[in-house]
Amino acid sequence: MDYTLREMMTLVAAREIRNEDIVFCGTGISMLAAMAAKNIHAPKCVMFFETGAIDAKLEEIPLAVADSRVMYHTSANGGLLDAFATMQNRITGDLVIGILGAAQIDKFGNLNSTVIGDYFSPTTRFSGSGGGCDVASFVSRSIIFMQHEKRKFVQKLDYMTSPGHLDGPDGRAKAGLSAGGPQLVITNMAMMRFDEDTKEMYLDGCYPGISPATVLEHMQFTVDISRAREIPPPAAHELKILREKCDPQRLIL
Amino acid sequence: MKLANDKVTSLKKAVTSFVRNGCHLSIGGFTINRNPMAAVYEIIRQNITGLHLYVHSNGQGVDELIGAGCVAKIEIAYGGSGKFAATCIRFKKAVQEGTIQVEDYSNYQMTLRFLAGAMGVPFLPTRSSLGTDIIAKWGFPAAMRCAEEKLPDQKLIVMDNPFNGWSGADKVVLVPAITPDVTFIHVQKADRRGNCRMQGLTFADVEQAKAARHLVVTCEELVDDDALRKNSEQNQIPFIHVDAVVHIPYGAYPTACYNHYDYDPVYLKAYAIAAKNDRLFKAYLDSHILTLADQQGLLDLVGSERIERIKADPRTGYAADLDRR
Repeated sequence: MDYTLREMMTLVAAREIRNEDIVFCGTGISMLAAMAAKNIHAPKCVMFFETGAIDAKLEEIPLAVADSRVMYHTSANGGLLDAFATMQNRITGDLVIGILGAAQIDKFGNLNSTVIGDYFSPTTRFSGSGGGCDVASFVSRSIIFMQHEKRKFVQKLDYMTSPGHLDGPDGRAKAGLSAGGPQLVITNMAMMRFDEDTKEMYLDGCYPGISPATVLEHMQFTVDISRAREIPPPAAHELKILREKCDPQRLIL
Repeated sequence: MKLANDKVTSLKKAVTSFVRNGCHLSIGGFTINRNPMAAVYEIIRQNITGLHLYVHSNGQGVDELIGAGCVAKIEIAYGGSGKFAATCIRFKKAVQEGTIQVEDYSNYQMTLRFLAGAMGVPFLPTRSSLGTDIIAKWGFPAAMRCAEEKLPDQKLIVMDNPFNGWSGADKVVLVPAITPDVTFIHVQKADRRGNCRMQGLTFADVEQAKAARHLVVTCEELVDDDALRKNSEQNQIPFIHVDAVVHIPYGAYPTACYNHYDYDPVYLKAYAIAAKNDRLFKAYLDSHILTLADQQGLLDLVGSERIERIKADPRTGYAADLDRR
């Protein structure tokens, strides 16, 4: 069955979401992944937005986290204070899985979504942290979406917007952050995880038809590829739900 | 003033009274929802310049104020308009060309800063951003901060938890309070005295409203004095915070207003195209803002057919099945 890499990325992320997760969703593909999980195998997972919406019933895909579509049929419509407190609070924060994206990532999963070039005279300015830094600081697990390109998987970030494992195994503890950090990086080629001991990224699996060598060619730094497997392609029923139920207008796909 | 019985005024007058060149301003809403757009357009029409703007995640309002040349400095967490502009286009251009100065915070930090202002405390703590460049890099240099009376000397301060590790935290980040000269928000319902009822998400509007020296509320519906006294637990802002009330149907257009109308995808897409090109953007400013008298002028220009299309469906609060491609 034919599928696009964007569909594959969405479904690979969706497979990581469980019924017992509160899913923090950002704009775009991350929302779609949560919607897909909810419709495919995790109907009880809770979709949660930094704008303050909890457990929205998404009959249509929102185009921003402040889209009125996230306000419909919620458990509560609050505000930003509620949303971030829920994540900073360890009682509820540990139930949250964050989904983030960025312009650059390093081997410890630290993210840049602010500038390319010098912060004080950037060649490219991006949106900035939004809630990204807050989520990365607070939640114990997160999934990061990236495009697999050399300029995005970098030796050194131009600006560190959101903390991953900082400089290694003790990085977060030394800085005063709660435990946790990113778990997964999902790209248009592969899935990466972080080593238990070193907290460095390693290749967990490649999409069908993509070799570990190809993945490495698209990164500035090298990662361990010895654990790589082939990730199963989307199943027909997954694709059907994603296309027909989650994003029929193909607004994100 | 804040205790007056009738604060209803025109938008023109509210902007003239409360917005000065160089003043510190904040606007409510979030990316493409409930931005006080009519107020933004009036600020642009009055050719206000040198604004110091405070926002958390704002999109359309910020981008138009920057594009029109009203803003000198901005403290912001996120400049984006969802799918229509992942990064706000005029904001991006202004930062890259160095025509505005930016200070970056996170969304929670900006919200806490407004809350601190609303509470009357100098700062609040959080555990967000430890170890990142949000702490390490200051967009506003220390010398500038020290010289400007309306800015704190530091961007953020990292401190050991003075309660010796209580609550499991060794360190906290202190974020400084914001007291805007004026905040503009757009709400679904207000009465003549200024009691406000928002529907759907409130974002950080309540904190932004209560932190400000002056608060101007624009509303979809101006209701009778007694209407909001019923079920008043649904009100978020009591009149004591409010300086002016302006009745403007479609006052958040082209952004959304829950239970009233959706964002206008046609407008936002056309805006994104115009914003990428200086000549087109200037033409946009002329045709959609500067040559119009008010928000009604914009609605007339857009035409009733498009306004009809974005009308909220009463069941969901948004325009179901709207073509958003």
